[in-house]
Amino acid sequence: MTVSDQHIEAPGVEVPSLETIQEEERRYALSQWQLMWRKFKRSRMGIAGGLLVAAFYLIAAFANFLAPYGGDQRFIEYLYAPPETLRLDRQTGLYVNALETTFDKETLKSIYVMSSKTKVPLKFFIHDQPYKLLGLIETDVHLFGSGDSRYPIFLLGSDRQGRDMFSRIIIGSQMSLTIGLLGVFLSLVIGSIMGVSSGYYGGIIDNIMQRMIEVIRSFPTIPLWMALSAALPQHWPPQLVYFSITVILSFIGWTWLARQLRGRVLALREEDFVLAAQLAGADDRRIILRHLIPSVFGHIIVIATLAMPGMILAESALSFLNLGLRPPLISWGVLLQEAQNLETIRHYPWLLMPAVFISAAVLAFNFFGDGLRDAADPYSQQ
Amino acid sequence: MLAFILRRLVGMIPTLFLVSVLTFIIIQLPPGDFMSSLAANVGTSGSSMDEATVQNLRHQYGLDQPAYMQYIKWIAGFPRADFGYSLDWKRPVKDLIMGRLGMTLLLSLISLVIMWCVALPIGIYSATHQYSLSDNVLTLLGFLGLSVPDFLLGLVYMAIGIFVFNVSVTGLFSQDMETAPWSPQKVMDLANHLFWPALILGAAGMAQLIRIMRGSLLETLGQQFITTARAKGLKEQIVINKYAVRVAINPLISVMGMQLPNLISGATVLGIVLSLPTIGPLFYRALLSQDMYLAGTMLLFISLMLMLGNLLADIALAWVDPRIRLE
Repeated sequence: MTVSDQHIEAPGVEVPSLETIQEEERRYALSQWQLMWRKFKRSRMGIAGGLLVAAFYLIAAFANFLAPYGGDQRFIEYLYAPPETLRLDRQTGLYVNALETTFDKETLKSIYVMSSKTKVPLKFFIHDQPYKLLGLIETDVHLFGSGDSRYPIFLLGSDRQGRDMFSRIIIGSQMSLTIGLLGVFLSLVIGSIMGVSSGYYGGIIDNIMQRMIEVIRSFPTIPLWMALSAALPQHWPPQLVYFSITVILSFIGWTWLARQLRGRVLALREEDFVLAAQLAGADDRRIILRHLIPSVFGHIIVIATLAMPGMILAESALSFLNLGLRPPLISWGVLLQEAQNLETIRHYPWLLMPAVFISAAVLAFNFFGDGLRDAADPYSQQ
Repeated sequence: MLAFILRRLVGMIPTLFLVSVLTFIIIQLPPGDFMSSLAANVGTSGSSMDEATVQNLRHQYGLDQPAYMQYIKWIAGFPRADFGYSLDWKRPVKDLIMGRLGMTLLLSLISLVIMWCVALPIGIYSATHQYSLSDNVLTLLGFLGLSVPDFLLGLVYMAIGIFVFNVSVTGLFSQDMETAPWSPQKVMDLANHLFWPALILGAAGMAQLIRIMRGSLLETLGQQFITTARAKGLKEQIVINKYAVRVAINPLISVMGMQLPNLISGATVLGIVLSLPTIGPLFYRALLSQDMYLAGTMLLFISLMLMLGNLLADIALAWVDPRIRLE
């Protein structure tokens, strides 16, 4: 045994093994994005949240295909039909028991009995109401359905007008999920421009901007949203209302982003790479767009993801109070308008189902955003 | 300290002025005014108001004056505690909102207290038992609290109250207590009616607090003075409660300034759902009927509460953490 083989160990000092050193060196060669991805991969909750978010948007994109019926398709024979359970048996495959309607003469209400005599088999790729897939391709194929208009399938029950809740929730995801996305996007555009320029220029621009943010932030969010939404004229077409609500939601949203970005940029402004760019003759526009915004991009994404839950919750709260979207638009909040009344909740509790979807979407975004937040600063050791 | 508070209070005046202007603009945004929505309402109920009556009423209440004159008249009354006249209720705004503002504040404060009492021990527990099963379960529960809309929790609470326990949980008093004079029983009744709404209101904030406390305590526990304390042979109990928690609690206090507005916002929606005598239902109705002085004054007062809440959080932070310098 030679001397060189032996480690000379000082107490308390760890000698890194060759692998760790190599690993360390490989880490230095990685780009910022690769580092973030490595860190994000380690958060299981974040991955799960991210996958769920992706699933939600896929559902929204193919909503018309996944929903057995159209959002406004009514089955007047089946008002307030209860949810039907999917069953499986060898011969028929997946099926539901047909609903039999009897009429209560005293309360004048329909009573539904699930009869095990008639089985309504679930058929796949059936032809029903035509729609445009992704808004482009005209088709009438739906993923599943009964294929028999006498026995519709209501997986989550039907509402006051005999419309399938499952279809409506699926289709409603389009509004609920895009309104947040659009609202966040608008906040991002305004917030990035305001925040970055406020931090970069400083002085009077910064002062005015900060005052403005302070005034807007002095308002409590929901009452301010309520007041602004109440100002939308009743006779406006639904699309205009939809767009206005996104604008209203981002009216407060951008201030958060602008504040945070300003702080980051104030710190980055003093960094050497900005000075280098200035010395190399880059103008302000180039420095902001090519150097500052990419450096804070990770944070922009994190803030955007964490802003989504608030937007989704706000849309549902506003619509629930009849101040947001209104029929004929379908969103989760609009669907919950049907469940305002205690008697309705008592007799038809399935009308609360949209709330489960709201919570699931918000939960997914929270997990996802949380994972991203930890990953966004890849240079910190943890 | 006093100088800092004074300076902050004075600094609030221009912000408050701008807020009041913006409030007035927002409240004026809907097309038409109270009289036109009144006329429309009367129209739908069968009878009708002729144009002359509408004009007369408009003149009587000063609605025919230019907007800036209306604003000046409204804001000039504030020093005299005259906040205008509610056209819908035919009463001065002041009489309508004072009790309700107090209730809103009371509900939010109780909610804040419950939030802290629950979140602090759970946060400490989670941090000291990191990655254990109970930590994971608590984290998941926290996220759930963050994700369920509070109006839904309110609805479910109301439904459970009625259909399971057969008690009406709306309002702040039981029926027989409503008109009774103040007594210990009535206070208990009020506390009973406030507890659950306050808990529901605090659900989202609680989850946030638990997370922050957990993260902050974990970070603090890794610092050298903790190692020193342990090396001195202090009991773990004391190391955590007297050393770590006192430092780790700072981020929570600065978050408090952000949570108060959320509570007040949430109280608005929850108040509407549970028909509590908070500003929520009144504000909602005022918005729909375009009762502008009522809606405007309430919006302004909520904003004021929010600003004061932020100031209080700053003061608390400076008081707890001597490292923070007031400027």
